[in-house]
Amino acid sequence: MKEFLMIALGALIFVVVFQIAKASEYVSILKGEEKTRKQNNRINAFFLLGFLVFGLIGVWYCNELLYPKTLFPQGSASVEGEEIDSMMMITIILTGIIFIITQVLLFWFSFKYQENDNRKAYYFAHSTKLELIWTTIPAIVLAILIVFGLKAWFKITGDAPKDAIVVEVTGHQFAWEFRYPGPDKVLGKTNYKLYTAKNNLGVDFNDPASHDDIHVNTTMHLPVGVPVKMVIHSQDVIHDVGLPHFRLKMDAVPGIPTTQWFTPKITTEEMRKKTGNPEFTYEISCDQLCGANHFAMRGVIIVETMEEYKKWLAEQTSEYSNLFPEKTAPAINTTDSTAKQTAQVLETKK
Amino acid sequence: MSSVATVQHAGVHEVHHEHHHHETFISKYVFSQDHKMISKQFLVTGIIWAIIGGLFSVIFRLQLGFPDTTFPWLEDLLGHWAAGGKLKPDFYYALVTMHGTILVFFVLTAGLSGTFANYLIPLQIGARDMASPMLNMLSYWFFFLASIIMFASLFVQTGPASGGWTIYPPLSALGDASTGSVVGMDYWLVSMAMFIVSSLLGGLNYITTILSMRTKGMSMTRLPLTVWALLFTAILGVLSFPVLFSGVILLLFDRNLGTSFYLSDIVIAGKILPNEGGSAILFQHLFWFLGHPEVYIIALPAMGISSEIISVNSRKPIFGYMAMVGSLFAICTLAFLVWAHHMFVTGMNPFLGSVFVLLTLLIAVPSAIKVFNWLTTLWRGNIRFTPGMLFSIGFVSLFISGGLTGIFLGNSALDLHLHDTYFVIAHFHIVMGVASIFGMLAGIYHWFPKMFGRYMNNTLAYIHFWVTIVGAYLIFWPMHYEGLAGMPRRYYDYSGWNSFKMFAGLNEFISFVVIIVFAVQLLFVFNFFYSMYKGRKVTNQNPWQSNTLEWTAPIHPGHGNWPGEIPEVYRGAYEYSKDGKEYIPQNVPVGDEETKGH
Repeated sequence: MKEFLMIALGALIFVVVFQIAKASEYVSILKGEEKTRKQNNRINAFFLLGFLVFGLIGVWYCNELLYPKTLFPQGSASVEGEEIDSMMMITIILTGIIFIITQVLLFWFSFKYQENDNRKAYYFAHSTKLELIWTTIPAIVLAILIVFGLKAWFKITGDAPKDAIVVEVTGHQFAWEFRYPGPDKVLGKTNYKLYTAKNNLGVDFNDPASHDDIHVNTTMHLPVGVPVKMVIHSQDVIHDVGLPHFRLKMDAVPGIPTTQWFTPKITTEEMRKKTGNPEFTYEISCDQLCGANHFAMRGVIIVETMEEYKKWLAEQTSEYSNLFPEKTAPAINTTDSTAKQTAQVLETKK
Repeated sequence: MSSVATVQHAGVHEVHHEHHHHETFISKYVFSQDHKMISKQFLVTGIIWAIIGGLFSVIFRLQLGFPDTTFPWLEDLLGHWAAGGKLKPDFYYALVTMHGTILVFFVLTAGLSGTFANYLIPLQIGARDMASPMLNMLSYWFFFLASIIMFASLFVQTGPASGGWTIYPPLSALGDASTGSVVGMDYWLVSMAMFIVSSLLGGLNYITTILSMRTKGMSMTRLPLTVWALLFTAILGVLSFPVLFSGVILLLFDRNLGTSFYLSDIVIAGKILPNEGGSAILFQHLFWFLGHPEVYIIALPAMGISSEIISVNSRKPIFGYMAMVGSLFAICTLAFLVWAHHMFVTGMNPFLGSVFVLLTLLIAVPSAIKVFNWLTTLWRGNIRFTPGMLFSIGFVSLFISGGLTGIFLGNSALDLHLHDTYFVIAHFHIVMGVASIFGMLAGIYHWFPKMFGRYMNNTLAYIHFWVTIVGAYLIFWPMHYEGLAGMPRRYYDYSGWNSFKMFAGLNEFISFVVIIVFAVQLLFVFNFFYSMYKGRKVTNQNPWQSNTLEWTAPIHPGHGNWPGEIPEVYRGAYEYSKDGKEYIPQNVPVGDEETKGH
C-alpha cells in the first residue's frame, strides 16, 4: 500500500511538472518567443554562475566533512606507503589548481559572455601561440608527475630486502589463508593437484621443508619494522590482496604467483591509540570481484612488536604435526630462538 | 582555400528522388535502409536500454544505501532473487554486471555512435545515404539481436552474467564459481559477439562514407568536428572490437569445449580441474585492448557533438579547428597503447608498467588542448543557452573533473592504493559515463528539431539539465573520498568492515540522490516521446542558425535528404561572426571581399 501511494505521489508530481512545462510554452507564445528565449538565457546564465559558486563551496564542504574519514590523517601504516601519500598530495595540489582554474573559466565565461544584443561575438579562430602554451604547460606538469610517480613505483615494486619475512598468502572463495615457512625459513612446495579437504593448500609433505610450515586462517600476524614479502596465490578465481592502510594491492591469480612486499611501521595497538578507535583493525579486503560473497572475503592483519610476534609464532604448531600427529615431528637443528621455542612447544604437546 | 579533390557521390541523386518509390510500413519503419530512420531506431533502442540500465542501478543502490531495510515490492518484482524483500548477493552482482554492460555497450556505444553517426554523417558531409544502406540496416538488426539475447539472459533461471562487465575469467569461465557463470554468461558472450558484428558493420560503413562520399567542396579540413570525431570513433571500433571478439570466442571455448586458454591450476568447489597452462591474465590483455579504446569510442562522439554545439551557440568559430582534429587523432592513436594501465596490480613487470604510465599520462596533453580550446571558444562569444548548449557546457565541466582524476589512476604508484576502489567508480562514471551521457543528451536536444521536425519542451529540458548536473556531482564527487579511504568497489554490503562502515550515512545519501536523478531522467524520456508527436512544430529550416549542411535539407528530409541537387560546399563549418555576419553556412559561395577563413 505504501509503495502504491509512493508511486501515485510520484505520478502526481510528474503530471504537475508536465502541466507547468506545457503552460510555460503557451505563456512564451503569448509573451513573444524571442522575449522568452532571452529571459531564459539570462536565468540560465545566472544559474551557471550560481552553480560555480555553490559548487566550489560544496567541494570545500565535502572536503571538510569527508577528508577526516579518509586514511590520510592517520598516515600510512607502511614505510612504502609514505611515498604514495606524498605522491598523492603532489597530485591533489597540481590537479586541484588546474581544476579550479578551468572550472572557474568555464562557468565565468558562460555567465559573462551570455547573449547580449549590444555585443557581437569576437571572431577568433585560432592562435598558434596560445595553443603551444597549453600544450607545453600540461606536458611539463605531467613530466613532473611521471618522474615522481615512477620513482615511487620502482621503489615499491623492486625486489624485497633479503631479510624480509616471507608469508604465503592464498585466496580462495571466500577466505584468506596464510603459511609461514617456520624455522627453516623455506616454504614447502605446493601442488594444486594434492588438494584434499584436509590439506586444502595442496602442500607436498614429501618435501621436508614443509614439515615446519605453519598454516593459519584469516588472521596474519606481522612484526613491526621488519619487511615482509607476501607470495600470493589463488586457488580458484582472481582475488586481490587489498591493504588500504598500507596503501598496497596485489592480485591473486590462479596459476601465476605474484609477490608484494612492505614494511609495517605502526602496530595495531599504536594505531588504536592514534586514531582513538579501540576497534581499529588492519583489514585485508578482496579487491577483485570473486563471486557472491566477495564482499565478505575479509582478512585481518595484526601488527605487533617483535616479542609479541615471536611469542605468537611459538604458540603455533606446524601443519604437518597437526595433520600427521602419529609421525614424530622432524628434529630441528637450528640456533634460532623461535625455532627452539617452537620445538619446545611441540615437545610439550606430545 | 584549398581545392582538395573530393569524390563526389555521383549517380545516386539521379536514382533517389523523394517520392520515387512507394514505401510500406515495414520498409519505412522496420527494415528501413534510410540512415535517418536507422539512426532513430538506434536512438529509441538506446533510450529503452538506458532506462533498464538506470533502473538496475537504482535497485542496487537501494541495497548499498539501505543494507538493513527490506523492500517487499522488490520480491514482487524480482521473485526469489529478492526473497524477503532483500536483494541476494548473486543478483546484486548480476545487476551491477548488467548495468555496466548495458550502459557501456548498448547505450553509450550503440545508442550514441549508432544514433549520431547514422544521422549526422550523410547529412553533414552532403551524401544521400550511407555507402551501404544494406549493411547499415544489418548493423541495427545485429544490435537488435544482441539486445534480445542480452535481455533474455535476465530470465535465465540461474540469472544473468554476474562477473562484472569486464567478465574476468576464471570467475566467468566456471559455473561453480558463481551462479551467473552457469548459463547467463553464455548468453552474455553470444550477445556480445552479435554486438561486435553490428559495431563492425556500422564502423566500416561510417569510415567508407566519410572518406568517399563527401559532396563537392567538402574537403577533409572543412568537415564539422562531429564527423571527425565519428570517423576516429569508427576507426577505433573497427581496429579493437575484433580483439574482444577473439577473447569472447576463446572464453566460450573454455566454458563449453574444455579448452584451457584462460584456466590453469584451479581447485573449485572441492574439485581439482584438469586445465593446465592457460593464463587468466591473457584475457585481461585481450579485453582491455578493446576495453580502453572503448572508453574513447564512448567519449569521442560526445566531444565532437559538444564542439559543434558550443561553437554554434557561442556564435564563434570553434577555437583551433586543426588542433581539435589533431588532438582527436592523438587520442585515437594513444588509445591503443595504454590498455595495460587497467592491470597495474596483476603482477605485471614493473618496467612494462612504467611504459604504460608514460603513455597513459600523455593522453592528458591532447585532452588539455581540447578543454582549453572549448574555453577559448566561449571567451567573448555571445552565448545562447539552449538545452543542448547547457548539456555541452556540463560535458566540459564533467570531462575536466573526471579527466583530472585519471591522472591519479594512470600513475601506477597511486593506482596501488586506488585500484578497484570507489575512486575508480567516481572517475570513470564522471569522465565517460555521465560526461558522455551529457554529450548524447546535448546531441538529442540539438538535433531533435531536425530528426522529428518538432521541438522538445524547453522548461522540462532545463529542469532535466539542472537536476542532472547537480545530482551527478552529488552522487560521484563524494565517492572520491570513499576511494581514498580504500573502500573497494563491487561490495554488496560494507557493514562487516571496520575500515569502511563509517560511510554508511554517505551511501544512504548517494542512494537518495540516485533515485531523484533517475526520476528526472524519466521526465526527459517523457519529453522525448511526447514531443515527437505533440511538440511545437519547427517552422524554420535552420532554427539554431547553424552553418552545417544538415540544416540546408528540408524540415522533413525524405529518403535521399535533399530534394534537388546536393548542396556544394565553399567553406569550413565554423564561420560564425566573421566579417560582421552572424553566420555563413557552408554552402554559401565565397564573396569577393571576404577575408580568408581557416
